[in-house]
Amino acid sequence: MSDRPEILLRVAHAGKTFDVSLPWLARTLGRQPRQLLHAVDDVSFDIRRGETLGLVGESGCGKSTVARLIVGLYPPSSGSITYAGEDVATLASGKASRRLRRRLQMIFQDPYASLNPRWRVVDIVAEPIRAHRLVTGQQAIRARVDALLSHVGLAAADGQKYPHQFSGGQRQRISIARALASEPEFLVCDEPTSALDVSVQAQVLNLMRDLQRELGLTYLFISHNLAVVHHVADRVGVMYLGRMVEIADKTPLFRNPQHPYTRMLLDAVPDLAMTGKSRTPVAGEVPNALTPPPGCTFHPRCPHANDRCRSVVPQLMPAEGGAMVACHAVEERRIPVVAAPAAAPSA
Amino acid sequence: MTRPLLEVRDLRVEFPTRRGTLVAVEGVSFEIAPGEVLGVVGESGAGKSLTGAAIIGLLEPPGRISAGEIRLDGMRIDNLSQDAMRRIRGRRIGAIFQDPLTSLNPLYSIGRQLVETIRTHLDLGEAAARQRAIDLLREVGIPAAERRIDHYPHQFSGGMRQRVVIALAICAQPQLIIADEPTTALDVSIQAQIIALLKRLGRDHGTAVMLVTHDMGVIAETADRVAVMYAGRVAEIGPVAEVIRAPKHPYTVGLMGSIPSLVGDRERLVQIDGTMPRLNAIPPGCAFHPRCDRVFARCRRERPELLDVGATRAACWLHAPDAGRAGT
Repeated sequence: MSDRPEILLRVAHAGKTFDVSLPWLARTLGRQPRQLLHAVDDVSFDIRRGETLGLVGESGCGKSTVARLIVGLYPPSSGSITYAGEDVATLASGKASRRLRRRLQMIFQDPYASLNPRWRVVDIVAEPIRAHRLVTGQQAIRARVDALLSHVGLAAADGQKYPHQFSGGQRQRISIARALASEPEFLVCDEPTSALDVSVQAQVLNLMRDLQRELGLTYLFISHNLAVVHHVADRVGVMYLGRMVEIADKTPLFRNPQHPYTRMLLDAVPDLAMTGKSRTPVAGEVPNALTPPPGCTFHPRCPHANDRCRSVVPQLMPAEGGAMVACHAVEERRIPVVAAPAAAPSA
Repeated sequence: MTRPLLEVRDLRVEFPTRRGTLVAVEGVSFEIAPGEVLGVVGESGAGKSLTGAAIIGLLEPPGRISAGEIRLDGMRIDNLSQDAMRRIRGRRIGAIFQDPLTSLNPLYSIGRQLVETIRTHLDLGEAAARQRAIDLLREVGIPAAERRIDHYPHQFSGGMRQRVVIALAICAQPQLIIADEPTTALDVSIQAQIIALLKRLGRDHGTAVMLVTHDMGVIAETADRVAVMYAGRVAEIGPVAEVIRAPKHPYTVGLMGSIPSLVGDRERLVQIDGTMPRLNAIPPGCAFHPRCDRVFARCRRERPELLDVGATRAACWLHAPDAGRAGT
């Protein structure tokens, strides 16, 4: 751990606000105020070259918005995102954008929606190569596409087919081949296996790991499935209602979660090992993001909430075991230390 | 053992198409005892939802049951008329589907939907039915039930809507509930609440539950026994602890190994290469043989039936008494 690789991506106090107000006339007639949705609020983290940061949270916590901010699909409303020292928001438009797009690619959740149904696979995969002029000449492009397809476990002959001729897992392989076509260093993966069956998910996760080893890729891996994140990530960030509540290395986060929300999430995962662990019943639901509670947004569901939690927004602070945690109760050591959940000996 | 509440024998579901008949479910047999939760797992297209739909008489035409029989409490229900089936559905068999929003009518308050269902099946007056609806909402954990009863589905969150759907399913105290992916559309923390609720209902009312899901974790938490389906057939069926800890069918072994875990550290997940065959291209012999790493000659020729292996039953020639000598 002494000489850690350079920081490739830095997200600093990034925020994204969406205006979800009614149209002007309806708003005026109904005397409604403007409504702003803080999808992402003051989120900061770094990703170093070659590592995988997992991002978990329930629907609506802002994890996909973070992905879109990073690849420049949305400009941030506040804060900054820098990739290898350059600002993504300014890069996202104009000439310099090509350079960024080549180095940073995204894989989406739904392989049925993210591939053009009217294009042959060979053209889908060749598009980034042509756009970035990485290889010239039909022959050479074709050879490169064939190599990419075999790299992700498809046959060169599959290039002549259309997306509908493939199963979900194979389509996700096509998406990966297309993302790899521009020889990127960094892949933003937004729920890449959520639409797949478990056995197919295992194939895709294994493939992604092999590619990372071989090509030295860096991943931001977003998923609502904690077990999947546990399998792929080196570090894990937990989001709740647009904020990062805890970020830590994988092992301490799963063995010794600090934030009450992280504890609750881990406790809620159905247990395949059936160790008969006693569950703390999870109370309540995620509040409406349009009217988030004041102070710590988790306080209405938190067993450790007090007056400070109800009024002051907690900031990420270093806590035990190198984790960064945004929680007053953790900071004030108000939460009784629980024994780490029984961890099976690693295989 | 008490008499099973639901008996399914050699069920076959097929879809006639212009290019021939597709067999989606074949030779499926299992039973569920009163108060028991049977989990049915499998990947998309394995036939698990169709099996549920066949039991409840909601197969979409042209799909039809072409062989086998289904008995509820000893009475055959697979050959009933639409009308007779409608009286059983809701009254004796309740249903919970994946998406709570499509299971509820957006134009009626949930109270009206509950009262309508209760009065269809039970001989109750308007006021008594409304009181029962409030009690049911309370039972499934909806706070301020007497106020919430007049709200419309869009005023509830996903988890609360699924609770309303469960209240609808249990309102006539059915003997059996078919729950098809009841937690799949929900976030993990809500999913845990719904699982706990389903378990409690089974315990308190002696309701049998057929829980169809692709999530082995949900099965592990909820079910007493589990049936693993592959390509329209039951590959393995047995007590849930047995199937999860010591799976007997190579498909179940691969399936269990492919699930990422929250504990331990594995470099790679177990990978079953290939995909489940399409309905029009089911291989001869054992449908799993092209993907199986323990395949031998007999697997390619003969289709295995369920064989007893300890407390479980597995459809795999490895467990045939004379399997030892078989070569490739």
